[in-house]
Amino acid sequence: MLHTGDAPAYPMPRDAARCPFDPPAELAEIRDTDGIRRVQIWDGSRPWLVTRHADIRAVLSHPAISADIDNEGYPHQSAAIRARRSRAKTFFTADGVEEHDEPRRVLAREFTAKRMQSLREVIQGVTDRAIDEMLAGEKPADLVEKLALPVPTVMICDLLGAPDVDHARVQDLTKVFVAASSTPADTTAAAEELLDLIGGLLDEKAQAPGDDLLSRLATEQLVPGLRTREELSRMGLLLLTAGHETSANMIALGTAALLTNPDQLALIRDAEDPAVAAGAVEELLRYLTIVHSGLRRVAIEDLEVAGTTIRRGEGVILALGPGNRDAAAFADGEHAGPDSLDITRPARHHLAFGFGVHQCLGQQLARVELQVVFSTLFRRIPTLALAQPLTDVPFKTDMSIYGAHELLVTW
Amino acid sequence: MKIHIDEDRCVGGGQCVLAAPEVFDQRDDDGIVVLLQEQPADDLDHQVREAALLCPALAITLEETAP
Ligand code: HEM
Ligand code: SF4
Repeated sequence: MLHTGDAPAYPMPRDAARCPFDPPAELAEIRDTDGIRRVQIWDGSRPWLVTRHADIRAVLSHPAISADIDNEGYPHQSAAIRARRSRAKTFFTADGVEEHDEPRRVLAREFTAKRMQSLREVIQGVTDRAIDEMLAGEKPADLVEKLALPVPTVMICDLLGAPDVDHARVQDLTKVFVAASSTPADTTAAAEELLDLIGGLLDEKAQAPGDDLLSRLATEQLVPGLRTREELSRMGLLLLTAGHETSANMIALGTAALLTNPDQLALIRDAEDPAVAAGAVEELLRYLTIVHSGLRRVAIEDLEVAGTTIRRGEGVILALGPGNRDAAAFADGEHAGPDSLDITRPARHHLAFGFGVHQCLGQQLARVELQVVFSTLFRRIPTLALAQPLTDVPFKTDMSIYGAHELLVTW
Repeated sequence: MKIHIDEDRCVGGGQCVLAAPEVFDQRDDDGIVVLLQEQPADDLDHQVREAALLCPALAITLEETAP
């Protein structure tokens, strides 16, 4: 580990010799000793890293903690992500009733649990078509390109009311957002292009509304002057990007994890009860914790965490990976230990979608997408197998969201 | 057990609906929680407790009532 005084450099690289699904060992070590430690990040600042399940929940719902990127001391992930988030700031990186709760509520009705469950058949159709196309094509196939990206991209574009946008272009621009190698100029340019695209759609829909999310934003918010075109475009951008890249990574990584745990895969494949797939998805979200570079916050008042005082103005990073492997929350004596995948484990209290008022807005959509994909894929292709050793899969160690750049499969 | 909800805190993620669909729903116009029953039957206890535990906004509180 690279030490800078008493503060290790963060994020730590994943250990190439270990299982590619495991978070870096140093994180478990911090969790199982002090629980909290100062780390050093890219800009030389030394925010606190919080690693235990209970502490992460407490911090994310604490009134002394802010998600506002404009507060002094906010620990950004990189210069590029800082540039993009400043250019397209939304309720995602703001606090309070006016700046967070109200704009979030404008979107929340679009993603309610029941509404998302009612999309199950649509998602099934999209999934079946993607699998048909993969089967009709060459072997081996890249599951990321054939299944993991198309399903959530089609879904979020359809919900927004933009079925005809260039999906590949949207995926490429989003990739720029999450790549650690992107420069601030790259991410700002990508944000401009997507903001333009969404702004244009809002204008069109203000004239000729349909039955979709952007039309409702246009007619109920833009036209009556409640929110500006800029603010609404930023909200659309957030949904478009958050809405496909994350689910896609879960599909690819989840498939890889199940193919390497065939006994678990068989349980999902052979289950009649939909509750099995639902439970499996919670466990996969926990076990894989794709948001692996830590949620970022800053203290706006002093607070106490794991026996340590965090001072006002100090940055705080919530390490979801070790929190989701915390024995205090997930070892119950009946199931495999938290470092193993056990789809029968009650895992709903995982932190993969965060906690507190910023907890994922699209979680019910993601759940149904993942439930449909995992309960369909192995039934339709019982012989599905990795076409390369797991250790050769190009995992996204270089991205702020974990996944696989490519997952070659055969059948 | 009696359930209290704080609509102002709710962020409409629907965790409660998933945990206890007979007890919680969400409003169509803003996704905010709707309490379907204030004092559900005992057999829903487990589900209701899970909903309160999962609620990310700490908007659900439970008041134990005499058996
Ligand atoms: C498996 C897939 C997904 C994972 C693991 C995931 C994870 C997360 C996490 C950890 C947060 C909290 C960030 C923080 O507190 O700083 C979050 C927030 C958010 N997610 Fe997701 N997400 C997923 C899918 C989606 C989808 C499909 C959508 C859109 C339709 C979406 C939209 C959002 C939005 C809008 C927020 C910000 C909420 C707020 O600040 O109030 N996510 N997500
Ligand atoms: S779980 Fe809590 S925040 Fe989410 S909808 Fe229910 S009451 Fe609201």
